[in-house]
Amino acid sequence: MKGFSHFVSDTLVMARRNLTMLVRVPQLLVFSLVQPMLFVFMFRYVFGGAISTGQAGLSYVDYLMPGIFLQTASFGAISTAVGLAEDKNKGLLERLKSLPMSRSAVLGGRVLADTTRDGVVVVVMLLIGFAVGFNTHTSFARVVAGIILMTIFGSALCWVFALIGLSVANGETAQAAAFPILAPLTFASNAFVPPSTMPDWLAWWAERQPLSTTVRGVRALMLGTESSDYVWGSLLWSLAIMVVFAPLAIRRFRNS
Amino acid sequence: MSAPAIVADGMRKTFKSVVAVDHISLEVPKGTVLGLLGVNGAGKTTMVRMLTTVLRPDAGRGTVNGFDVQRRPQDVRRSIGLAGQFAAVDENLTGRENLVLVARLNHLAKTVAAQRAAELLEQFGLTDAADRPVRTYSGGMRRRLDLGAALVTHPPVLFLDEPTTGLDPASRLDLWAVIEGLVHDGTTVLLTTQYLEEADRLADNIVVIDKGRVVAEGTAKQLKARLGDTVIEFEFASPAAAAQAAEVLSTTVEAGTLVRVVMREGSATLRNALNQLDAAGITPAHVALREATLDDVFLTLTNRTPEGE
Repeated sequence: MKGFSHFVSDTLVMARRNLTMLVRVPQLLVFSLVQPMLFVFMFRYVFGGAISTGQAGLSYVDYLMPGIFLQTASFGAISTAVGLAEDKNKGLLERLKSLPMSRSAVLGGRVLADTTRDGVVVVVMLLIGFAVGFNTHTSFARVVAGIILMTIFGSALCWVFALIGLSVANGETAQAAAFPILAPLTFASNAFVPPSTMPDWLAWWAERQPLSTTVRGVRALMLGTESSDYVWGSLLWSLAIMVVFAPLAIRRFRNS
Repeated sequence: MSAPAIVADGMRKTFKSVVAVDHISLEVPKGTVLGLLGVNGAGKTTMVRMLTTVLRPDAGRGTVNGFDVQRRPQDVRRSIGLAGQFAAVDENLTGRENLVLVARLNHLAKTVAAQRAAELLEQFGLTDAADRPVRTYSGGMRRRLDLGAALVTHPPVLFLDEPTTGLDPASRLDLWAVIEGLVHDGTTVLLTTQYLEEADRLADNIVVIDKGRVVAEGTAKQLKARLGDTVIEFEFASPAAAAQAAEVLSTTVEAGTLVRVVMREGSATLRNALNQLDAAGITPAHVALREATLDDVFLTLTNRTPEGE
């Protein structure tokens, strides 16, 4: 039991340390908002007029914003890779490993901090969404549930990126390694355009993959345009990703 | 006699096909300082990483403060402090926050952690800079903070991996004084260094390692007696003259026109060398005497160990 209570307290101490960084270097938070804001601008105002949602009564901005939120939450997970790679590079992980702390807490604290930040960033994007004409069509509670669903998905991705961060030499490499993983998730998806316009093989992937399932879950919760089954589908995906990647990342950390 | 504070017995570590540490054994009696001397890549850091439980050995055993590094890693971690050459402190946190972080991860209560951080900041002359982010610190301040972080729990055993590499001479002297103070208070220290001078000043015993193996060990005095602690450097006008001189003096040419001779028999070595050069009709362009460096130690040691290539 002592082991578990140390895991919890060490995780909180590490998460606090990682979040302090955000307060000290607020540019990090600002930059993580710039990219999704550009996407909002591009898709809402540049391409949006040419895209049909294929569903009567569903405006493109309402279709788009859950995709943007998910993109934001997913790209946020890169900071897990970059943060761990930098800590490794600077020798900080080495020191942590020589301390009588819980080893899982090093990664746990990182993921907890990044998940917290992800949640905040998604809320900010939601407010930006409202400013550009996004409307939710359901209850407040369901909107909050949508935010939680996305944060859980982002948290699952953090474990994937923890593994990447521990496997590369430095922050820049981690950044570079992240894009090829995120691109097929965010762009080959239903986040920005309906997959029905894509070639069959691509549409097949874009309808089913984890991020698309989560986008549908969020649309179900915020717009009511999809079946609530997708909420459970998304939770299953997130759970599966965590079950596979958390142990891999922890093992990688122990052995590196 | 109580048991040694640190024991390594045939420790070995391989990275892919490179053998970093090849069956190294050593012992550090309680309250003494062992200097682990070697060039970059000799295996010093790997040795420290294995003894501090950061890295698992492939073979061999290690015990620290009586605990096996593989079977009782948490007990080992509770007994040690580690300060590294890369000064593993968080740049974005303040000095105080760094110390509190390490204290909290050692499971000290919040108030105790804060109190201990304040003590260490005072002890290392960092009180004025305590609430500034570490990225504004000088190299010497970082090393002091790093050492402070290693001392949070008053560990009986301290590992210092190249504690003064890259520091200016004044900061180096400062840090040496701090380490001497700790040893005076009974701390056992394993220190790695590339500097003979540092090992000479701080270490009771020295183990010289090269390519993952122990090539010499003893007190500084014993090693110096073996090596000669002064080197004569002859500089010649041309590589041809240098080559000729090297042959006369039965040594080798380094860096084009430089020939070194270890002064094993005091001034007689210098006199003989000059006589030999004179007899061969070669005049050095420049002659200098300087203290033996690790390079000279290795030159001599590799000449003496036939299996060392």
